[in-house]
Amino acid sequence: MWREGMQLPGSLQSTAATPSGLTRRAFVKSAAAGLVVACFVPHAARRAFAAEPAAGAKAPVSPNAFIRIAPDDSVTILLKHSEMGQGVWTSLPMVVAEELGCDWNRVRVEHAPAAPEYAHTAFGMQMTGGSTSTWESFDQLRTAGAMARELLVAAAAAKLGAKPADCRVDNGHVVHGKRRIRYGEVAEAAAKLPMPAGVTLKEPKDWTLIGKPTRRLDSKAKTTGTAEFGIDVKRPDMAVALVARAPVFGAKLKTFDATKAKAVAGVLDVVEVPSGVAVLGTHFWAAKQGRDALVLEWDEGAFAQASTASLREEYRKLAATPGATAKAAGDAEAALKGAKDVIEAEYEVPFLAHAPMEPLNCTVAIGADGCDVWTGTQFQSVDQMNVAKALGIEPGQVRIHTTFLGGGFGRRANPASDFIVEAALVAKAAKRTVKVIWTREDDIHGGYYRPMWLSRLRATLGPDGKPVAWAHTLVGQSILAGTPFEPMMVRDGVDATSVEGAADSPYLVAIPVHRVDLHSPKSPVTVLWWRSVGHSHTGFVVESFIDELAHAAKQDPLEYRRALLPKDARERRALDLAAEKFGWGKPLPQGHAAGIAVHQSFGSYVAQVAEVSVEDGKVRVHRVVCAIDCGPVVNPLTVEAQMQSGIVYGLSAALHGELTLKNGRVEQNNFNDYVALRLPEMPKVEVHIVPSTDRMGGCGEPGTPPIAPAVGNALFALAGKRLRSLPFRMV
Amino acid sequence: MKLVVNGQPHEVDVPADMPLLWVLRDILGLTGTKFGCGLAQCGACTVHLDGQAIRSCVMPAVAATGKSVTTIEGLSKDGSHPVQRAWQELDVVQCGYCQSGQIMSASALIAQKPAPSDADIDAAMAGNLCRCGTYQRIRGAVHRAAELASKEGGHVA
Repeated sequence: MWREGMQLPGSLQSTAATPSGLTRRAFVKSAAAGLVVACFVPHAARRAFAAEPAAGAKAPVSPNAFIRIAPDDSVTILLKHSEMGQGVWTSLPMVVAEELGCDWNRVRVEHAPAAPEYAHTAFGMQMTGGSTSTWESFDQLRTAGAMARELLVAAAAAKLGAKPADCRVDNGHVVHGKRRIRYGEVAEAAAKLPMPAGVTLKEPKDWTLIGKPTRRLDSKAKTTGTAEFGIDVKRPDMAVALVARAPVFGAKLKTFDATKAKAVAGVLDVVEVPSGVAVLGTHFWAAKQGRDALVLEWDEGAFAQASTASLREEYRKLAATPGATAKAAGDAEAALKGAKDVIEAEYEVPFLAHAPMEPLNCTVAIGADGCDVWTGTQFQSVDQMNVAKALGIEPGQVRIHTTFLGGGFGRRANPASDFIVEAALVAKAAKRTVKVIWTREDDIHGGYYRPMWLSRLRATLGPDGKPVAWAHTLVGQSILAGTPFEPMMVRDGVDATSVEGAADSPYLVAIPVHRVDLHSPKSPVTVLWWRSVGHSHTGFVVESFIDELAHAAKQDPLEYRRALLPKDARERRALDLAAEKFGWGKPLPQGHAAGIAVHQSFGSYVAQVAEVSVEDGKVRVHRVVCAIDCGPVVNPLTVEAQMQSGIVYGLSAALHGELTLKNGRVEQNNFNDYVALRLPEMPKVEVHIVPSTDRMGGCGEPGTPPIAPAVGNALFALAGKRLRSLPFRMV
Repeated sequence: MKLVVNGQPHEVDVPADMPLLWVLRDILGLTGTKFGCGLAQCGACTVHLDGQAIRSCVMPAVAATGKSVTTIEGLSKDGSHPVQRAWQELDVVQCGYCQSGQIMSASALIAQKPAPSDADIDAAMAGNLCRCGTYQRIRGAVHRAAELASKEGGHVA
């Protein structure tokens, strides 16, 4: 979801300067029995293996504390990123441990508190998103590990009367000749030493952990029911609340009657908050029964007339007119006007909810000295500021306790901190500790969707079949408009996240005349980044339309792409590996067909080949071969899992996912009608990693964009019918 | 009403229509069983009732009286049930939120069919959603769990 150069505005950043709860001094104090490493990372904003520094990103200079070593040799790594399934709980500690040289079996992990030490090195705020966690902290965490190692060596050498240079480390020990000292024995002494001025990081050839398939450290907790998610938080005298929110986007509450709700056994209180009416109960069921008994009257407003059909009509009209220019070379309109054959197509994707398995929830306790927030969030710094503003306190007084996230996918990174601010306001209004829980229906109806998008594409081909002119007009709501990020990321009417993957398509390099433009209509429907953000639609549209052009040129879709891409393009490496492993061009079983797609997002290049059939009018995806070039890999198991994950998320959307509007309301309610992929539909997925020392990219999102076009292209190969809207419907 | 959960008897004072899920989570503090949909659509709330996998979010607690309820906390003392070990061995989990339910569905399946086929797994696990997309590893882990259980010869319910 995030981009390089996308930083929290200075005005917001400065407010995050007050640490919440745990300052460095407090860290050192709290871990007096062991070693705590704080370090400055002067080049932290540099992407690992980067050819150039991250554009516009200022290197933060606040110290970061990541490591505690206890006398019993246990190593606690404080994780600045939120674990939401993507595997940072394991892969980032691997990065630290590689340099630290500790015993991997003694590594424990904790979510770090919200504090400036844990700011994203490129974005200057504490957050998890944009498939950035590994590359943004790779140098920082290796440096932290190396500094700790140097301190331990220095302390051990002093104890042994040896020179540090004559010592080495081995699996949690400092070794001098035949003598071995456990890290735990010297951790306290090491903590008192001055920070080393500089450290030398290992050469990649010497890595023993980085690059090695390593099982997750959160497996035990998550297979025994002991992992704590936000929804599991329990605090003294805590009430559970459900909120009745507007049924129509933009509706305002006129009146409500809580008499019946208050009569429900277990209901403690009913309070009004800006987002609706909260019913507090001794437990979820009481609050739910109470909420069901509320009588509410809403002023539904003008949007009560809106529907998916009315939006589509509006979008279509806009798509026929030029929008704000995102990318242009030559005069595309003139080239198309003068062309003999113009290939034209309209693509559409619907609103989508993220629908993480853990419904949104947040627990807030307000005290005299500030407030405590327990929740699974991707957006600690923003949440601190939003809650502070809502309660009239300082951001540093908002102590965020990050739990495991039962899925995020972008929904738990909200510039408005919707579910967190709301919980804070309920706690304030009710004057008690409260956990607000959303039902699944609340989540499906609650907005912050992947926007609905309509794309109009036109192209004309040259004598060799290659496109000579290309025009792409996109219509859809801006995610960043109206957020604090608008000034940085919306330029000349173009939200960079709206056109990513379209305006920077690698195919445009080979198309002399092109234009990509954008309309950003407004509506009361709230929208947000959904796993892979703009790429979730542009990947589908561009890779489907390229396939259309390949067929129009009567060329093989793989060869057509290869010919358009620069020879050294990383897309080509991914394409070639996926095609080879799939056996592209080889005969498939009767009734099966294959489709291919490749798309770069978040610095990683992913190609997928999908094998499909249609059974009783239903699309069946049998096999997906996926190749990724993400640069150096920390944990191959993480990459493999995240590719499978991205594919399932994208397949859910390609085959089933759809929110439709009628009378200003979302028509779907729960997993019965907002359908996600289930196990019997799971294709066999093979993941292959391109060996690469190129610039490191992300893994959380890049697996999602190619799957819908790969499947759509396969369906065209199978049935000769081009499906241009999601979810795919054969009839 | 009287409930027996993980072998422990409990006396709880709750409305008769309160779903078993919320009695487990909010009254007994057994939060390993998860809320995902409230409509028996996602399987996150799966527990065993006399060995059968059921969706506790739609089962009134009163229907569990006189029966034995097993939750993820009671499946084994230390995460050593063959299904849990297979899950760990195959690195199945991602966010982990659905996995208690997945494991309870899988363990009920293996107890009834010690050597499940792919079709058996499809049928038994279709009711458990996973938005992270761990399905491929779940399939593998169910087979692996069956193998572990049969090697050890013990019963796995």
